[in-house]
Amino acid sequence: MIQVEELTKDYGLRRAIDGISFHADKREILGFLGPNGAGKTTTMRVLTGYMPPTAGKASVAGFDVVEQSLEVRRRVGYMPETVPLYPDMTVYEYLKFMADLRHLQNAEDNIDDVLELVHMEDRADGYIVNLSKGLRQRVGLAQALLHQPEVLILDEPTIGLDPAQIHEVRNLIQELGRERTVLLSTHILSEAQQVCDRVLIINRGRIVAEDSPENLQSRIAGSQRIKLKVLGESEGLENILRQVPGVQKVIVNHPGGYEFETTPGMDARPEVARAVVSAGYELAELYPLSLSLEDIFLQLTRDEPNAPEMADVDDFSSDQLDL
Amino acid sequence: MRNIWTLASREFKQYFISPAAYLVAAMLLVVLGIIFYTNVLGAIFNQFPPNTQVVLGPLVTLLLFTTPAITMRLLAEEQRQGTMELLLTAPVRDYELVVGKWLGGFLFMLSILAMTWLYPIFLNQIVDPGIDQGLMMSGYLGIALFTAALVAIGVAVSSLFSNQIAVFFTTLGVYLALWLVSLPTQAMGAAGGGLLRYLNLFDHFYTTFYQGAIDLSAVIYYLSVTALALFLGTMSIEIRRWR
Repeated sequence: MIQVEELTKDYGLRRAIDGISFHADKREILGFLGPNGAGKTTTMRVLTGYMPPTAGKASVAGFDVVEQSLEVRRRVGYMPETVPLYPDMTVYEYLKFMADLRHLQNAEDNIDDVLELVHMEDRADGYIVNLSKGLRQRVGLAQALLHQPEVLILDEPTIGLDPAQIHEVRNLIQELGRERTVLLSTHILSEAQQVCDRVLIINRGRIVAEDSPENLQSRIAGSQRIKLKVLGESEGLENILRQVPGVQKVIVNHPGGYEFETTPGMDARPEVARAVVSAGYELAELYPLSLSLEDIFLQLTRDEPNAPEMADVDDFSSDQLDL
Repeated sequence: MRNIWTLASREFKQYFISPAAYLVAAMLLVVLGIIFYTNVLGAIFNQFPPNTQVVLGPLVTLLLFTTPAITMRLLAEEQRQGTMELLLTAPVRDYELVVGKWLGGFLFMLSILAMTWLYPIFLNQIVDPGIDQGLMMSGYLGIALFTAALVAIGVAVSSLFSNQIAVFFTTLGVYLALWLVSLPTQAMGAAGGGLLRYLNLFDHFYTTFYQGAIDLSAVIYYLSVTALALFLGTMSIEIRRWR
């Protein structure tokens, strides 16, 4: 549904995205993960027909984003990071305006449907200016869903929401991903882990990793990290731990608290427990710490040479003359 | 066409919930009323019957200052608010956006102009045997064409900035430049002077419609200025995408 080849976009002399290629299939939720200024918003803006790329090709739903921009825009639902709303319109008026621009035949039915989907039926006649951040986000989502698009592109859909709302929006995205292609960007790793079928990690305009959240995790986490805690006396335990086969890199966090890694493919826990108890220590805790996507992300982006200071490219209007 | 109408009607309705638009319209009508009153008094004092020119003359000058206040928000506000991203990713062509904005602003200006009709109607009552209807009709047709060009220039300038104050003063500057362009006529010789006079946005009105004559070349001039300004506005939106 989304096909991107060697896409590059320059802002003046600065390269925002640098020859990235990826694809997203039907009924797939693809997560775009990266720090601020990595090029997520720029890529989305190219895919939605907002701006043409400097080089490379991209197609959405089978249409080229440059040559057949209007066809692409008809089939994509887009929610930008700063939700574009008219504060002096009511929710209904706003959605009706967008429905008219999209020439929807049964605009009223479509509006009722999307309002129900985002649980805002009772706020249809309220002015947008009076809505909270979370509700505005939902209106933006309603706008993106209005024409039942094949492809949904969401830029930071959960930013600025409270935990309950975040949970709700994530569930909604997962629900939507059953019937359509969803491309969402986020800098929250747990979000990508929960919601997405596949994750692209992007840094400084390049894709540094691409896989399912599970595979990414196991790729790096070949060895297991285990946490151990004893009560009372712990003198000499470090040496005992080191002697257990399969234990590597013992770290003492504080007296009685240890962390160590195991040789890949070996579960050293039973051996460690036996060794600790037979040496007379009081074993209190022994559990594996799995490497989170957070660690993977840091590991992948740390390997890059030092990144120069990134300007905020998200604000398109900041380049323009402001008197 | 449908998108143009959708955009224009939203814009038109928006003016009626905007206090700034009411303020501008009220100011134009009040100032025009005061000038109308003194002009009619002057005509009575000098013993000649006033005609529609006592309304049309000051109206042209007032439009110079009020039109930028009406057009300044058209595209600049979309930029500032971030809703430009919404419109540029909706299935709307760039020219439809610009023409829709122009039409919305133009229709609002026409509603203000319709209200100034009060003065010629009043004049018709107090002058015996009534005012020259032909002059009134040609004058208002000219004013409408003149306004179409002013609004189009306003839209084009509005596409350049996200700050409405900047749009207001730049638009006003463009109007003044198109007014004062024929000042150095004498120094330019016959051909150059003729060209400068042709460029003058105001002369085309004063020498034709204002005198009661509907001149085809003046009609074409105003329609061309409108089309050119809308074209430049569309170009400016397109360039914005490529940056």
